[in-house]
Amino acid sequence: MNICLYFQVHQPYRLATYRFFDIGDHDQYFDAYANRFILQQVAEKCYLPANEVLLELIERYGDDFKVAFSISGMALEQFKAYEPKVIESFQKLANTGSVEFLAETWAHSLVSLKSKKEFKAQVALHEQAIWDLFGQKTVSFRNTELIYSNKIAQMVDEMGYTTMLTEGAKHILGWRSPNKLYNSAVVPGLRLLLKNFRLSDDIAFRFSNREWNEWPLTAEKYVSWLQQVSSDDDVINLFMDYETFGEHQWKETGIFDFLKAFPGLAIEEAGMRFKTPGIVAAELKPETELDVPYPISWADEERDLTAWLGNELQDEAFEKLYQLEEDIDRIADEKLLHTWRLLQTSDHFYYMCTKWFSDGDVHKYFNPYNSPYDAYIHYMNVLSDLSLRVQNMNGSATPGK
Amino acid sequence: MQVLMFGWEFPPHISGGLGTACYGLTKAMLRAEMDLLFVVPKLHGDEPGEGMELINASGVEMHPDDEVFQSADGKISLFEIDSTLLPYATEEEYLKLANELAKVQQVKKLQWDAKTYSFSGGYGKSLMEEVKRYAIVASKIAKTHDFDIIHAHDWLTYLAGIEARKISGKPLVVHMHATEFDRSGQHVNPAVFEIEQTGMQAADKVVAVSHLTRDTVIKKYGIDPDKVITVHNGVDPPAEKSPVDTTKHFPERIVTFLGRVTYQKGPEYFIEAAHKVLQRDDNVRFVMAGSGDMLPRMIRRVAELGMGTRFHFTGFLRGADVDRMYGMSDAYVMPSVSEPFGISPLEAMRSNVPVIISKQSGVAEVLKHALKVDYWDVDGMADAIYGTLNYPGLRSMFKKHGKNEVEGIKWDQAAHKLKKIYHHMLHE
Repeated sequence: MNICLYFQVHQPYRLATYRFFDIGDHDQYFDAYANRFILQQVAEKCYLPANEVLLELIERYGDDFKVAFSISGMALEQFKAYEPKVIESFQKLANTGSVEFLAETWAHSLVSLKSKKEFKAQVALHEQAIWDLFGQKTVSFRNTELIYSNKIAQMVDEMGYTTMLTEGAKHILGWRSPNKLYNSAVVPGLRLLLKNFRLSDDIAFRFSNREWNEWPLTAEKYVSWLQQVSSDDDVINLFMDYETFGEHQWKETGIFDFLKAFPGLAIEEAGMRFKTPGIVAAELKPETELDVPYPISWADEERDLTAWLGNELQDEAFEKLYQLEEDIDRIADEKLLHTWRLLQTSDHFYYMCTKWFSDGDVHKYFNPYNSPYDAYIHYMNVLSDLSLRVQNMNGSATPGK
Repeated sequence: MQVLMFGWEFPPHISGGLGTACYGLTKAMLRAEMDLLFVVPKLHGDEPGEGMELINASGVEMHPDDEVFQSADGKISLFEIDSTLLPYATEEEYLKLANELAKVQQVKKLQWDAKTYSFSGGYGKSLMEEVKRYAIVASKIAKTHDFDIIHAHDWLTYLAGIEARKISGKPLVVHMHATEFDRSGQHVNPAVFEIEQTGMQAADKVVAVSHLTRDTVIKKYGIDPDKVITVHNGVDPPAEKSPVDTTKHFPERIVTFLGRVTYQKGPEYFIEAAHKVLQRDDNVRFVMAGSGDMLPRMIRRVAELGMGTRFHFTGFLRGADVDRMYGMSDAYVMPSVSEPFGISPLEAMRSNVPVIISKQSGVAEVLKHALKVDYWDVDGMADAIYGTLNYPGLRSMFKKHGKNEVEGIKWDQAAHKLKKIYHHMLHE
């Protein structure tokens, strides 16, 4: 049995308290202090120690243990600015040859749902960053929040990717197993790896939950679950946020001990092999085609887009944001473009989600705002200022207009 | 389950939120199949009892040989009432009584001409006397009725509750609708504070209308947290009203403050926030509707800030004018410094007006579809006003969810929670 471990690394640029009277006055949109502070905290608690564990595992198990990372462009940029040791630590991992870096949108954005041109531009930017930092040419793609649809598959295929990661959403798979390789119904050359959400979330969400009847989760128990997967299956895709280790699940819960122990058990006791998405996709033959007319994602019960888009706040902010695309493109100002991209990060829209009013403790946990309304007002204040700047620059860029 | 309940006012003769709250709560309690004996100082005869027994304290006859003058421990429970006003018996009767009750030390010149005392039921000069006298009548009522539990609403009725408890030995619940700190800020009336504290100490359980009030009760009155329980208020569906004319004669949007212009309601923060908004957005007018001791100062401040042509005072509004004001508003602000619950934002939301409320209000604990700011955070308040007026996403969200949310805040939830509390007390 193959195990495919992929970890998502992402840190948004959080907005500062930006009041309406700041509109037109200054463009200090982001809370540099909070962003630095949080990044250093997470580096200390998660990225650095977790990388150490993985490095030890790679050294110990050699070819049998490989992992994949997707690190958003904004995380990379903040590492460089605030905590360069994290980059060095990932470079050490890259040098082992056992780590695959995936391509994604540079801004960890939802742009695939809106603009093909900007989508491709952001992926190209991210490819370049991975090449520059880790010397790898990306071969597998993962879209923000594992969002996937036929339409997105076509764009990803056009960019030359042959492998893509997404969610093993029940409503797409029906009776079929997520533990197989699939391919796209519209571009058959694009192979799909699907997240096994039960086994992934056992670690990512449930590991420290004392009300869970399986608590505490030991490496032995977990590997026995991996072994229960049907022998007809080919690969178990364990996809999760890297911040699971030490940040979402604190060190005190034993999460690092678990990470140290379970791969060894799986390899030595159960004869499993840990492979990267690129390798798995090359080795296996696709089982069948998947037709996904409406976008799916890895969020919430619904596995749809409603964590980021769909309510009036989110939709309006999203529309207004991308209304600026043409002008920003024409003005072609580096700083303006960069700022616009920082505002595209999916987190901003997640904060405006109203679903957690009824459910979703998870949403609340990740939300720095008191309410989605506060999040919306802050975001719109910033966006109003950016629009003003675009208008002004547009005026000077095309005189007479 | 029979509940002996002491209130101070009852619709339609109300002057504050207390009467409305008691009415909403008691109706829901009847729906939850509890039996009620509801005592008020004065009944006018037109109160809608709707299935509960209303007791008029003004109609309770007192006799000097009533055992109620003696409480269970044999001590006299008479309070220090200005004796010239003592209404219970003739002079001879009182002297006789006084001789029997050796612990009454001082008997002054007394006027004995009535066997009942006619309470005003208001909040006038003799309020403290009425409160104390109400307690004496309460003990008589407790002696002559059957009930399982006693429930007293706000400090005005706490002494009545305590007396009823002494006489009957039944458990007492006191209900904090507002504390003296809410009403008076730091300048508390020590006499009122003392009655509140005594009432809560004597009570078996204290019900607070919000977590905010519960906190005050625990921190400022030193009440044992274990016996203080939050039961959020509900709202009654509005009475059928004829539609009002809400035509505006100017194009600007309207942001409204509606309430008493007093320290508790935080009117000055509204003015400072308005000033900030006006510096950027000239398509808006502000209205302060209401009156109160701080009004003159507020008018001066508006003039001082030079925004008199954009900031308007309407004075006290009633009836249809209130509905008209809501109908014209594009945002409603309740910047209260301290608001145990606060029902007015709910009325605004019912009229589809987006609301901005202070975090120092109990209603903020139950509302999701509202913007919440600290009352002192004038920048945050200004920002919330500006966002509400200028970002359409907020308006459509509030329109979609606000009304529904208000309709979901029911007195029945409060009544059920209360029933559970009673049950627990009786079977402890």
